[in-house]
Amino acid sequence: MSIADLFTQDMQVINIGLEAFQQGFRHGGAAAVQVDWRPPAAEPRLLRALEARAGQIQAANEEAMGRVLRGRPMLVTMGTAIDLIPGMAKDLLLHAGPPITWDRMCGPMRGAIMGALMYEGMADSKESAETLAASGRIRFAPCHEHAAVGPMAGIISPSMPVFVVKNEAFGNLAFSTQNEGLGKVLRYGAYAPEVLDRLRWMEQSLYPTLRAALELTGPLDLRSIIAQALHMGDELHNRNRAGTSLLFRQLAPAIVRTAKDPETAAKVLEFINGNDHFFLNLSMAASKATLDAAAHVPGSSLVTVMARNGTDFGIRLASTGDRWFTGPAAVPDALYFPGFTKADANPDIGDSAITETGGLGGFAIAASPAIVQFVGGSVADAMNITQQMYEITLAEHGAYQIPSLDFRGSPVGIDVIKVVEKGVLPFIDTGVAHKDAGVGQVGAGVLNAPMEPFQRAFEAFCEL
Amino acid sequence: MAVRGLVKQGEYFDSITLMRAGKALAQTAGVQDAAVVMGTAENRAILQAASLLCPELEGASEADLLIAVMAETDALAEQGLARAMDVLAELKKRTSSNTAFRPRSLQGALEGLPDARLALISVAGRYAGELARKALENNLHVMLFSDNVDLETEIQLKQDGAKRGLLVMGPDCGTAIINGVPLGFANAVPRGDIGIVAAAGTGLQEVTCLIAHEGGGVSQAIGTGGRDLKVEVGGIMFLEAIKALQADPETRLLLLVSKPPHPAVLDRIATTIKGSGKPVVACFLGAKPDAMAGTGALMTTTLEEAALLCVALSRSGFADPARSAKDVKARLEARDAGLAPAARLEAARVAPGRKVLRGLFSGGTFCYEAQLLLGQALGTVHSNAPAFGSLQLKSALHSEGHTVVDLGEDEFTVGRPHPMIDFDLRNRRIVEEAKDPATAVLLLDVVLGFGANLDPAAELVPVLQGLQGISVIASITGTDQDPQNRLKVEAALKDAGVTVMPSNAAACSLALQTLRALNG
Repeated sequence: MSIADLFTQDMQVINIGLEAFQQGFRHGGAAAVQVDWRPPAAEPRLLRALEARAGQIQAANEEAMGRVLRGRPMLVTMGTAIDLIPGMAKDLLLHAGPPITWDRMCGPMRGAIMGALMYEGMADSKESAETLAASGRIRFAPCHEHAAVGPMAGIISPSMPVFVVKNEAFGNLAFSTQNEGLGKVLRYGAYAPEVLDRLRWMEQSLYPTLRAALELTGPLDLRSIIAQALHMGDELHNRNRAGTSLLFRQLAPAIVRTAKDPETAAKVLEFINGNDHFFLNLSMAASKATLDAAAHVPGSSLVTVMARNGTDFGIRLASTGDRWFTGPAAVPDALYFPGFTKADANPDIGDSAITETGGLGGFAIAASPAIVQFVGGSVADAMNITQQMYEITLAEHGAYQIPSLDFRGSPVGIDVIKVVEKGVLPFIDTGVAHKDAGVGQVGAGVLNAPMEPFQRAFEAFCEL
Repeated sequence: MAVRGLVKQGEYFDSITLMRAGKALAQTAGVQDAAVVMGTAENRAILQAASLLCPELEGASEADLLIAVMAETDALAEQGLARAMDVLAELKKRTSSNTAFRPRSLQGALEGLPDARLALISVAGRYAGELARKALENNLHVMLFSDNVDLETEIQLKQDGAKRGLLVMGPDCGTAIINGVPLGFANAVPRGDIGIVAAAGTGLQEVTCLIAHEGGGVSQAIGTGGRDLKVEVGGIMFLEAIKALQADPETRLLLLVSKPPHPAVLDRIATTIKGSGKPVVACFLGAKPDAMAGTGALMTTTLEEAALLCVALSRSGFADPARSAKDVKARLEARDAGLAPAARLEAARVAPGRKVLRGLFSGGTFCYEAQLLLGQALGTVHSNAPAFGSLQLKSALHSEGHTVVDLGEDEFTVGRPHPMIDFDLRNRRIVEEAKDPATAVLLLDVVLGFGANLDPAAELVPVLQGLQGISVIASITGTDQDPQNRLKVEAALKDAGVTVMPSNAAACSLALQTLRALNG
């Protein structure tokens, strides 16, 4: 290479900074890319120091991503939380996001806990539930610390039925509850009698029917369903219509054959058919089971968990294992149901960002043109978001593809170094809960993860 | 007087957007002074100096956006803040509705443009060095438009670039034209056989435009940044660029433009060009005429002389370089002598009692060249960037006697747009200088081209056309192919009563003769 070689080549320019210079490139006929540059969110000194470790980090990340990409999540069976979830206890409630105490919990989280205590028969009124929850006699722990994930408030109580998803490549399990539908539901903080009635029906009719059907079908390949759903317009977080339909097709004959009576079968099928988000909890558990296989890879800068409890946004890294790095959760940009506004919205909540962590949801939004109204209404905006996520991820998924990007693998495996270095934040699709307990869902929208947890995790990673 | 401030946490805007917002704010009725800046230590110091660092801005971090407004009353200052927020929201909307994908990093850009050759970097200086290093690692030539990159980083980058066979233009390289593509502040000039290496940005613009005007063309115009020829950097890239142009078949002669290099660096340049086989013209503004003795290089005094000589040499097929040099000198002497009648006309426009020169330059090289050409002839000249025996101004904001000001110096540009983009600062200064009963001649440069203000006539004419009792002389650096169109700008300035000269040197000559006519 010599400088004089440049004089014989076509000019192609990367412009980092003042956009006004593009006019000169156009005049000279030079191809050019404009970089939308932002200052890094980390001290340049720390980033430089990491370069000495670049080889080790790369090797560790290859190991971690190999585990993620080989993941094979299968829906194997169902059971009750108290029987199956490791460490589950009678006095324990699991919740979404990083650890939090009752006094710091947001409205919808408190509402869901109050609802769960009434559902468990441990309280008989809103007031007694609130007193019990605040008494210290009930313990709270993150779902993520018990191999589980829960959408929105993400409450899992001892009696709740759960799906069991097994990562066949590594043998680890992940658990999630059955999805209740939209609107006035427990996970959005509602606890009215009809909410609890639905939960009881789900425990007494839906769960045994599904469990029996699964025994007949045998394990269902969730990776395959997710891959197909991406081709059918889902991003598997805010849109699960295709995933739900595909699951329905696989389960329906078995449900008809195994249900205790035709009316039960019809009710179960109607419930699944009427809930476009039924597959969400499986998309989440599949992502959890897949990422957990990489949860303890020393030296890797891979983000294995992103989760929110409505107060804090927390993440975990492969190299720092069970440690949480947190910062305040933000309020999403959303489209609201009639009668609600941003003033009603609770900050971001739920374990569902595990889908983004696994290369779905906001990371795959280019696959889901039907929901681009959440991102400004244009398909191009959605494409740009997915393309931007490639800048902070370590790999492209082998099975999960984005049709509109010529079937390019979805961006998967968030690298905390890339996030702070480029100042590009993970993009998350989400539902929006009312900030007060007892109300429920008020809209759906999108937001970027906050920088603070990533900065903290990055600093801890630098000290390893 | 009231000062109000606002901190927007974690908001980031690129510098151009901030400039546009700052400008819109300064133009808001009742606003005396305003700043929209990121909260870096340097920017806070500037706010402090401008009495804009109000209590609301204390405790902000460097990732925060700071807005400060000074106005007659609290209410007006509050209105100014609200206006700033509106402007920023509007500008933000404009960028986000753009549907083309914009990568956020060099790596992302390389995915979209895998055969990229060059990275043009113009982000804040403290980030620019790191980006340049990454660009070199990815085999990209680099133009570092950014300033405030430390010397050590510059040396490392240039050593690395030289080792890899990559150009590192800058830091603080404002201008280059590579393969006919204008980079940074540069003009639309035809391609030809003259290869240029310059450590001076506006100097490079001036010689390329004058070459174009004279009918010549440019093969490559390589900038190095002003520090390259200092002893610490040792002329690394200046020398590499000379070698590259010597090897380039399209380049038939070389033009070197700079302030006088450090003697040790000058020796290296001399060694490099000796016996290179291609004629070399050097314009080391203010260097001794024998500085390049023994190398065969032809020394010139002004940027204009250098440009004309290059075209003359090219046109004559290098038949008799010494003769060409003599002819060009003679032609310029005759031109200057021929300005006498014009100078008498200028002098006649000056009201009695007005005696001094006020030069207001947006191009640093022009301010420097003006001191070279006027300093000794006028006796004492003051400047904020003194050279050739000029005296340092006590304050850059206030002229004393004969004064030339470089408005591109840090005291004017940190936290504000460059005067080639934003004319406000100079316009205000023009009005002040015209009010000063001592001012006889106002000397201006108007720099056109890519990156510069797109309608300089609209900025200048309203200010200049009202001026009475003084002579206004301007040079225009630009071509008719530039987006602003030199001819149009010239016509508009002439209509406003400005005497427009073809070069900075010619403008200086007319200014000097006008002052002589006035002062006997």
